[in-house]
Amino acid sequence: MANEGLDTAISGEYELGFEIDIETDIIEPGLDIDTLKFISKKKEEPEWMLDLRIKALKKWETMTEPHWGKLDYTPIDYQSISYFAAPKEQIDSLDEVDPKILEAYEKLGISLDEQKQLAGVKVAVDAVVDSVSVKTTYSEELEKHGVIFCSISEAIRDYPELVKKYMFSVVPMADNYFAALNSAVFTDGTFVYIPKGVRCPMELSTYFRINAMNTGQFERTLIIADEGSHVSYNEGCSAPTRDDHQLHAAVVELVILKDAEIKYSTIQNWYPGDETGKGGIYNFVTKRAICEGENAKVSWTQVETGSAITWKYPSCILKGDNSVGEFYSVAVTTLAQQADTGTKMIHIGKNTKSTIISKGISAMKGQNTYRGLVKINSSAVGARNYSECDSLLIGSECGAHTFPYLESKDTQGQVEHEATTSKISDEQLFYLRQRGITEEDAVSMIVHGFCKQVFSQLPMEYAVEAKALLELTLEGSVG
Amino acid sequence: MSIMKIENLEAKIGDKNILKGLNLELEAGKVHAIMGPNGAGKSTLSKTIVGHYDVEITGGDITYKGKSIKDMEPEERALEGIFLSFQHPVEIPGVNNAYFLRTALNAKLKYEGKEELNAAEFLRAMKKHLEMLGMKSDMISRSLNEGFSGGEKKRNEILQMLILEPEVIILDEIDSGLDIDALRQVSEGINKMKDGKRTFLVITHYSRILDYIEPDYIHVLKDGKVIKTAGPELVPYLEEHGYDGIKED
Repeated sequence: MANEGLDTAISGEYELGFEIDIETDIIEPGLDIDTLKFISKKKEEPEWMLDLRIKALKKWETMTEPHWGKLDYTPIDYQSISYFAAPKEQIDSLDEVDPKILEAYEKLGISLDEQKQLAGVKVAVDAVVDSVSVKTTYSEELEKHGVIFCSISEAIRDYPELVKKYMFSVVPMADNYFAALNSAVFTDGTFVYIPKGVRCPMELSTYFRINAMNTGQFERTLIIADEGSHVSYNEGCSAPTRDDHQLHAAVVELVILKDAEIKYSTIQNWYPGDETGKGGIYNFVTKRAICEGENAKVSWTQVETGSAITWKYPSCILKGDNSVGEFYSVAVTTLAQQADTGTKMIHIGKNTKSTIISKGISAMKGQNTYRGLVKINSSAVGARNYSECDSLLIGSECGAHTFPYLESKDTQGQVEHEATTSKISDEQLFYLRQRGITEEDAVSMIVHGFCKQVFSQLPMEYAVEAKALLELTLEGSVG
Repeated sequence: MSIMKIENLEAKIGDKNILKGLNLELEAGKVHAIMGPNGAGKSTLSKTIVGHYDVEITGGDITYKGKSIKDMEPEERALEGIFLSFQHPVEIPGVNNAYFLRTALNAKLKYEGKEELNAAEFLRAMKKHLEMLGMKSDMISRSLNEGFSGGEKKRNEILQMLILEPEVIILDEIDSGLDIDALRQVSEGINKMKDGKRTFLVITHYSRILDYIEPDYIHVLKDGKVIKTAGPELVPYLEEHGYDGIKED
């Protein structure tokens, strides 16, 4: 299909690739115990935290980088990365946050000014630039409800008991190579605690921005939903367009107690690199939730459009009886992007239920892999799982792969798996064009139709953002 | 007055030459029926007019309102007022029918510099069409053509025609797969658009539909060419003698 406009629009469409022009405190590249001491001191951490970091580093040094993913990338030199970078003049009051950072966040569509937020839906934001949280909004208002919403650094200082109890409880320190690295060097991230019986009065969100060069981002997020509570949390991210790869290795731990619910949504838009595979974020992330109590519920929804490499399997440990785990995912790979993503559903409690809806979209030279595990322990009597993995191919150079794994020790468990692979057919495009719809609009209409089950899980305003992002990502991928 | 003129049109699909110097003139406001045996090139003709990707034009020209359209993008031809009711409408999963219809209508309104309709205005405008076509209102909240029966698909094509109000309407085997009730309702929809200004090109190889939509002209297509043009009186003759008995004009 000849359309010059489309051909020229193919790459360089990453709109968030700007750099915030601020002075940055950055340490020399390299990783040893002194690095950890430096980070810990910068964060004014108690001694016990530094000890844990050192323990993690020692474990990490004995481990090897995993390569079972269907991913092909140049080896990462961990000694050439700088593990701490922070905008200078880090302060607390909004008036004192560097106006350039505020401006940058406005550009990303996020207001850090509580007064300026549009009437209607309030969204509390934790803004993280490189290694530090620069601002957390609505903390005071949330405090009135007993909700703690702050950076993880603050939580380590102010709520050590909660942190000691739950950090590493879902993702153990040496769970895997990247998690161990994160445990040693994590810099900032978000901490949330929702007390018993409280329904969090507003959407919570964190926006991660990598800005400095040659750094990695290693954030750590911990969310605890106490009995009968409810929270909806959203994360977003972006990074400047750079020729080098940057490493992002995060850990997210969710703890859901009896009758509580966490809805966790991600719109991942790290810089994807160019069409030859130059630049882009290496995204190695460990996300896991544990439904500790009866009737606990967790729902992961992710829209993954960015990163050169994505290695990510948000998982649910369904320990409480009748607990529910859900995973809704749209992963897009275009340009030379590679994604190996999916989920793990571990059924332990009785009558536990899980749902997996995965939609992979590949265009240009993108490679998209779904890798998922459904494990039903013998204790999980009456467990049920439904999985649906659909792939959509645009063009002929891309690829889609599906690796569903099933381990069932309960012969009565019900497991259903469906998988489809389809192409946007010329016939579908032509039909829409014959009705006066442009080729690009026709592609996005078909893609939205494909993603509908997942987008419908996102909070309204994020669903709108996700649609727009998808359109932008796939702009020009038909040609 | 002629609205579309096809001159010495030669076209191929793959390596196969199908249209071999076809001439046809469509008179504005009239109903033209194209009849002919299987393989004569009827569907290729309709595909060529709307710019289908299968077809390569190797000679001749198609002019619409005095302008050549053979190099226009399909969507531009559509926005200019050329509509094809597909013989086999394709299914598009997850795309809401109403959303699709409104997007198509708004694309056209925008092209014409008119104000676009919001969802409520659009639904109001649709209601009467649905009733006339005997379509249940849940048809428009389903995914486009997905799981539709043959009759539902054809009704949905006619619904699009009624909403988009095109100027040249090509109906490719509109009656295939329709039972008698559906045929009546679909014909009613078509006849409603017959206002003396819109032009129809009805492609069929049975005469059944022509009992419902009265044609002004019959063109007989054979081996990639129009070999005869006559009035509706040709229909009973064709029924009796078939296409073999037709002498080239």
